[in-house]
Amino acid sequence: MADAPAIEIRSLYKIFGPHAHQHVAAVKDGMSKTELNHQTGHVLGLKDINIAMPGGSIQVIMGLSGSGKSTLIRHINRLIDPTAGEVLVGGVDVVKMGSDELREFRRHQTAMVFQKFALLPHRTVLDNTVYGLEIQGLPRATQVAAAMRWIERVGLKGFEGKYPNQLSGGMQQRVGLARALTNDAPILLMDEAFSALDPLIRMDMQSVLLDLQKEIRKTIVFITHDLDEALRLGDRIAILRDGEVIQQGTGQQIVLNPADDYIAKFVREVNRGRVVEVVSVMTPGGEAPKGAITLAPLDTLEQAARRLSESTVKTARVAGADGATLGTVKLEAIVAAMVKPVD
Amino acid sequence: MEWLSKFPNLSDDTLRVVKQTIDESFRAFTRAYGEGIEAFFNPLKQFLIASEQVMISTPWPLVLLAVGLIAWFASRNWKIVAGTIATLLIIGLFDMWDDTMRTISMIFVCTLLSILIGVPIGIAMSRSNRLQSIINPVLDVMQTMPSFVYLIPVVMLLGIGKVPGLIAVVIYALPPMIRLTNLGIRLVDHEVIEAADAFGSSPWQRLKNVQIPLALPTIMAGINQTIMMALSMVVIASMIGVAGLGQPVLRAINNQYFALGVFNGLAIVGIAIIFDRVSQAFGRRLQKHREVVHG
Ligand SMILES: Nc1ncnc2c1ncn2[C@@H]1O[C@H](COP(=O)(O)OP(=O)(O)OP(=O)(O)O)[C@@H](O)[C@H]1O
Ligand SMILES: [Mg+2]
Repeated sequence: MADAPAIEIRSLYKIFGPHAHQHVAAVKDGMSKTELNHQTGHVLGLKDINIAMPGGSIQVIMGLSGSGKSTLIRHINRLIDPTAGEVLVGGVDVVKMGSDELREFRRHQTAMVFQKFALLPHRTVLDNTVYGLEIQGLPRATQVAAAMRWIERVGLKGFEGKYPNQLSGGMQQRVGLARALTNDAPILLMDEAFSALDPLIRMDMQSVLLDLQKEIRKTIVFITHDLDEALRLGDRIAILRDGEVIQQGTGQQIVLNPADDYIAKFVREVNRGRVVEVVSVMTPGGEAPKGAITLAPLDTLEQAARRLSESTVKTARVAGADGATLGTVKLEAIVAAMVKPVD
Repeated sequence: MEWLSKFPNLSDDTLRVVKQTIDESFRAFTRAYGEGIEAFFNPLKQFLIASEQVMISTPWPLVLLAVGLIAWFASRNWKIVAGTIATLLIIGLFDMWDDTMRTISMIFVCTLLSILIGVPIGIAMSRSNRLQSIINPVLDVMQTMPSFVYLIPVVMLLGIGKVPGLIAVVIYALPPMIRLTNLGIRLVDHEVIEAADAFGSSPWQRLKNVQIPLALPTIMAGINQTIMMALSMVVIASMIGVAGLGQPVLRAINNQYFALGVFNGLAIVGIAIIFDRVSQAFGRRLQKHREVVHG
């Protein structure tokens, strides 16, 4: 498959209400969500969103309830029309597509998992799962073969003849996941796709996603409330508040340099040992003592701590792939970086 | 001060002219287009006659068997089937079989016609708020206007007979079909529609795969209402020549035959109950997997 398309969102604004277009200018001039709501009764959904998601990567979107995550993801397949701005997918502006073009785009380029599952209640698990392929007009045998593979992979084999209301919430969510994956589109939009799953199945589904990502690189937009999940899956993370992006970057950048108190609170509970890499705590240059072990710069602190504590010398050399020494790191520095900052 | 005690109405002359003009122009319309309109409705008339013929000429045990089977497949409920058969047997015993068959045939054609007209209008209405605001008052008029009033132009145009009777019944029975189709489609969960759109459904695919199936229980309630309203029109329709259980009732009123009136009236009630129970049981069966649980 050709590389999955990049997604670029440029100066995107969304105002909910009957006369949204009249108020864009005011919002661009800095009117806040509360002011807009008080003065005009319109709701500011998104404000000046700019996110570039490279093709084939996983972009995580986080933020509190009502911060506009679902609104944002719905702009990518234009379930919601923006009030202003561009959504470029593979260089084509989704906002300017005609209805036929949009339909083809949705059929072949995107698949979506919904926060509230949105299964078709009158169809069985199997008939829900084939839906995307069915409306593309593929032969039934092809549809069923693809669907059964994913039904099995999400652990619902044996349930394909059941109706959604005969399944638990977590099972329904996995049907939604199987339905999206069966579509085999290069872009996957996942709105809190794992939120109803128990921790074990959740880990398993995260692995499904990461395995899939090794096989065929898709561009995945993933919404979650769980920072550990975000850090495990996300190549990049964007954090929303009140419809605005307040910080974006790699997980490590956000954990180490939270842009403000809000994000600092967000990242406080995270397991830093699994996120932060050796390179960001080492002392550049210098000589390692005799018998020191060698760490790679992208080893996590957890890996580094385990190996250093087993070694007799408590300082390690950090070396790149070519063997050149980049710097040194002490066990105390690693442990200090792993514990969470005090209030 | 006379204008206070007597409402200042239009003068009698003016009113007479207005009424005369309307009547004259409608008569002219009838003369000019009556035959064309009659020809237009001819296929309907043939269909009505054929359906009545089938119902009457089929041997009664076969009819019983067929009705029993339909009741079974729609409801999967032995009590409803037994009640249906018993009602029909009693009706036959009291010598009302042929009239009942005529009435059932008329109700069948009328319901079919209401579905064919009502569902598409209901669908169109669900897609446009403007259309909804135009059609709703028309439906209000259709339901509240006394049925005798629209019998007049229908009879003027088409004379007395099956077709004008059918048209009058359909006008009266159609509104719930349209309203409940519209309502059913509007009530379909917005998220499910979004999911259908997100996978690239065309408007037709969305309608066929999602909206109609999910609105079906409500549409079935509309069909049930339509049948009940059509049955309530049986006696009025018989005044303009629709054969069936209504005619003996009409004769009973004119001649003060109490027993005749009661028997035929009860027969109408009997088939109303059959239609109601069977169609409701069918609606409930459709509903089984449709409720969304767990969010
Ligand atoms: N159709 C709409 N009309 C008016 N306001 C809306 C509409 N849809 C969303 N909003 C508003 O936009 C804001 C963002 O909603 P959104 O559903 O995107 O939040 P979210 O981040 O997905 O929250 P959650 O984590 O609870 O799912 C909310 O303030 C909501 O009230
Ligand atoms: Mg949401």
